[in-house]
Amino acid sequence: MAVLRADRAIPDSVVRHRLDGETALRYLLIGLFGLFLYLFVLYPMAKVLWRSLLDNDGAFVGLANYVRYFSTPAIAASITNSLYVSVVAMVVTVFLAFLYAYALTRTLMPWRGVFRVVAMLPIFAPSLVQGIAFVYIFGNNGIWTRLTDINIGVYGAKGIIMAEVFYCFPHAMLILIAALTATDARLYDAASALGASRLKTFRTVTLPGVKYGLMSACFVVFTLVITDFGAPKVIGGKFSVMATEIYNQVVGQQNFTMGATVSVVLLIPALVAFVVDRLIQRRQYALVSSSAKPLEPRKNPLAEWSLFAYCFLIAASIAAVYLVILVVSLVERWPYRLAFTLKHYAFDTVGGYTPLLNSVYVSALTAVGGTAIVFIGAYLVEKWRTRASAPLYALSLLPVSIPGMVLGLAYIFTFNVPGSLLNRLYGTLAILVISNLIHYFTVPFLTATTSLRQMDAEFENVGSSMGVPFYKTFWRVTVPIALPSIIAISMYFFLNAMVTLSAVVFLVAPGTELAAVAVLLMDDAGDTAQAAAMSVLIIATGLMVRFAYGGLMRGVTRRTQAWTATATDQVALMGTGSLK
Amino acid sequence: MRRPGNRLTTLVLGAAVLCGAALAGPALAKDTVVIYTAIESEQITEYKKAYEKALPNLEVKMLRFSTGDISARFMAEKDNMQADVIWGVAATNTLIFKNAGLLEAYAPKGLERVQPLFRDKANPPSWVGIDIYMSAFCVNTEVAKKKNLPTPASWGDLTKPVYKGHLVMPNPHSSGTGYLSVASILQRMGETEGWKYLDALHQNMAEYTKSGSKPCKDAAAGERAIGVSFEYVALEMKKKGSPIEMVLPKEGSGYDMEANALTKKGAKNPAAKAFLDWAISNEAMALYAKYFAAVGVAGFPVPEGLPKDISKVVYPNDFDWSAKNRDRILAEWQKRYAK
Repeated sequence: MAVLRADRAIPDSVVRHRLDGETALRYLLIGLFGLFLYLFVLYPMAKVLWRSLLDNDGAFVGLANYVRYFSTPAIAASITNSLYVSVVAMVVTVFLAFLYAYALTRTLMPWRGVFRVVAMLPIFAPSLVQGIAFVYIFGNNGIWTRLTDINIGVYGAKGIIMAEVFYCFPHAMLILIAALTATDARLYDAASALGASRLKTFRTVTLPGVKYGLMSACFVVFTLVITDFGAPKVIGGKFSVMATEIYNQVVGQQNFTMGATVSVVLLIPALVAFVVDRLIQRRQYALVSSSAKPLEPRKNPLAEWSLFAYCFLIAASIAAVYLVILVVSLVERWPYRLAFTLKHYAFDTVGGYTPLLNSVYVSALTAVGGTAIVFIGAYLVEKWRTRASAPLYALSLLPVSIPGMVLGLAYIFTFNVPGSLLNRLYGTLAILVISNLIHYFTVPFLTATTSLRQMDAEFENVGSSMGVPFYKTFWRVTVPIALPSIIAISMYFFLNAMVTLSAVVFLVAPGTELAAVAVLLMDDAGDTAQAAAMSVLIIATGLMVRFAYGGLMRGVTRRTQAWTATATDQVALMGTGSLK
Repeated sequence: MRRPGNRLTTLVLGAAVLCGAALAGPALAKDTVVIYTAIESEQITEYKKAYEKALPNLEVKMLRFSTGDISARFMAEKDNMQADVIWGVAATNTLIFKNAGLLEAYAPKGLERVQPLFRDKANPPSWVGIDIYMSAFCVNTEVAKKKNLPTPASWGDLTKPVYKGHLVMPNPHSSGTGYLSVASILQRMGETEGWKYLDALHQNMAEYTKSGSKPCKDAAAGERAIGVSFEYVALEMKKKGSPIEMVLPKEGSGYDMEANALTKKGAKNPAAKAFLDWAISNEAMALYAKYFAAVGVAGFPVPEGLPKDISKVVYPNDFDWSAKNRDRILAEWQKRYAK
């Protein structure tokens, strides 16, 4: 009897005890995630804002720095310069990318797969690589200039715009492909039944259908350009933009106050673009109803061949840019000694292969750490609706609107504080990993929440009613189901961490040099061929990783995703994934 | 049936172990020294082989930027100093560090061999010079011929309208070479005339570069016809196969000295002193002498292509003046010429 009573008593208290433990663990995890976002997003940004209100000695001066900034004509010019190149690059990129995406999605022209792959190349290169290539092609002694004797004057706004168009092209293309794919064939059937001309159909059906995609592409390109400093640095000549201004103020003159002031100003267009983009995206979801019919492109030889010629031209130009980088990295001394050599690959001025290995290491850690934090964070926010969910969600979206340089500067203010515990991180690889993780936090976070939202809440309910602790359900059910998104997220982190420059350029220290920063330093010192060689290796690493992930993804999808066909689409949505 | 969870566990655990091992890796027994330098990267590569051999127990962490940038960083970190040693940063800037109280006086071993010009007058000295570098023009003869540009012989020539858009020079904010050229012009011509000259020079300038060697490398690549830079890069570019001619302006080149110093932080680090001792050893001087005409210790052969007696080609530099007026000159320069 006694044994039986004890038997009955134990499970009850064990379950209750475990539930209490579980609840405590949940709140602990939510607390940790909140602390993480506070420490690495909110607090550093507050520091930048605050710093822009102080003078160089730390005294409060109100808006004096802003007054000084806007009243120095030379410095204030960088604002109009930035807006000018960003708007022009945006219009050109979106126009070119729209035609390209249209040809890929709405025609049956040959080589569509090849064109798509080639157009993705710029994703694998740091933004200054395009600038370096254009100097080699259109510079005063460039290939084109030597051949034709026509100097287009590439240094300045013209060169920046060209480099940015190439840099942003794949980003715009991916958004537009997605927009052009999400359409309803019945609208086109209706248009042709009503006798609308091709042009009229384009104007009244196609364009309105991709309106939001176009706007989204515009905002993405605009933000990319205005926050980029690689291309203006390399090819800008005397033309100064806000991002290079921050770099010069901070790295050149260590004028952190002015750097913070320009940062806050730079934050405004990026924030506006972000908010508008969010509003637009919210409306876009309702566009295609569940009964929509996918559009089957029809044969149209004339349009197909003219678009084929167009795509060929674009793809060839993109390929040419990277071919030039490869070739100059392999010749002795362009254009005077054209013998083949591997000596530019010795990198003896930047410590050999250490920066590249550091980059791979940091990218791998970013991929592993970032994926874990993003996915667990998204799980906390999405699956346990608490009062903390909304603020945590908002904080997770914030990073996408923070330009990299601003983030880097914010981290200097936060972590280079003598005597503080945070100072331990300063100058370590860890701070580089964290800055990458935050810089690229939002897109993976949205991917993770979307994929978790698609999962039925029944899994958790059944689990908890059977007395299975949530972490077991998470590990055995949630994670395996979401595996394709998890893989896509980690690839996104890896590839971006490999090429990013803007945040980490302020944070590298002796012993933690990175490959993309090495490209910048070598180009700064005039060692352009070595800079090209390092770029080649960065691109090659990215491509290899991308293909490895492609293989992994196929394997995983076959094993865990037999029940859904949409899994691989998530990769494509993440921008870096469309190399198939 | 295989459970995906188990494989995942292994994977994650494996990754965690790898990360842990990698993070724990750098905990080693070597003495660490943090060095800030503005020496040309190619030269550092050469010097590195030597000091690694001579000081096998030293773990050197080196940060290299152009003179102005590394100085600004060092000054900005004064309350949270990172560097133990300043190695090969312009004497002008080192003097500024000294005046700001950031350096610790130290007489490296073998100091008695160093020529008087090459050291701080105080005893023990706060800084010790290792070599002299001077402004030089790099002229790309191929480009000059194509554009019908005569070879300039003097600073005065550079303001001729024919050179408009064909010149590059370093930004004196970031580049030591840029600052020594500007400072030398102002010392030689006096401030009123000097600024007038710089105004005229600005009219011809295509771009101000961040680093002091880049103007010459741009000229060497044929991107620009003439780069105002310093003598070592000119010789180096010529050696590497570019059609470069080096011109030392006839009014006299500006010059500065690459100097070493012990920082307040490094004062507590014996490894910092060991490095500074090596940095003026005969071995080190012989290496500097491969690139520079004048080094701290007399008696080393002068590199091919450089003048035997540089006192004949340089305009004397008042280092105190250069150091004291640096902030003011740079502010004025910024006001006049920054885009």
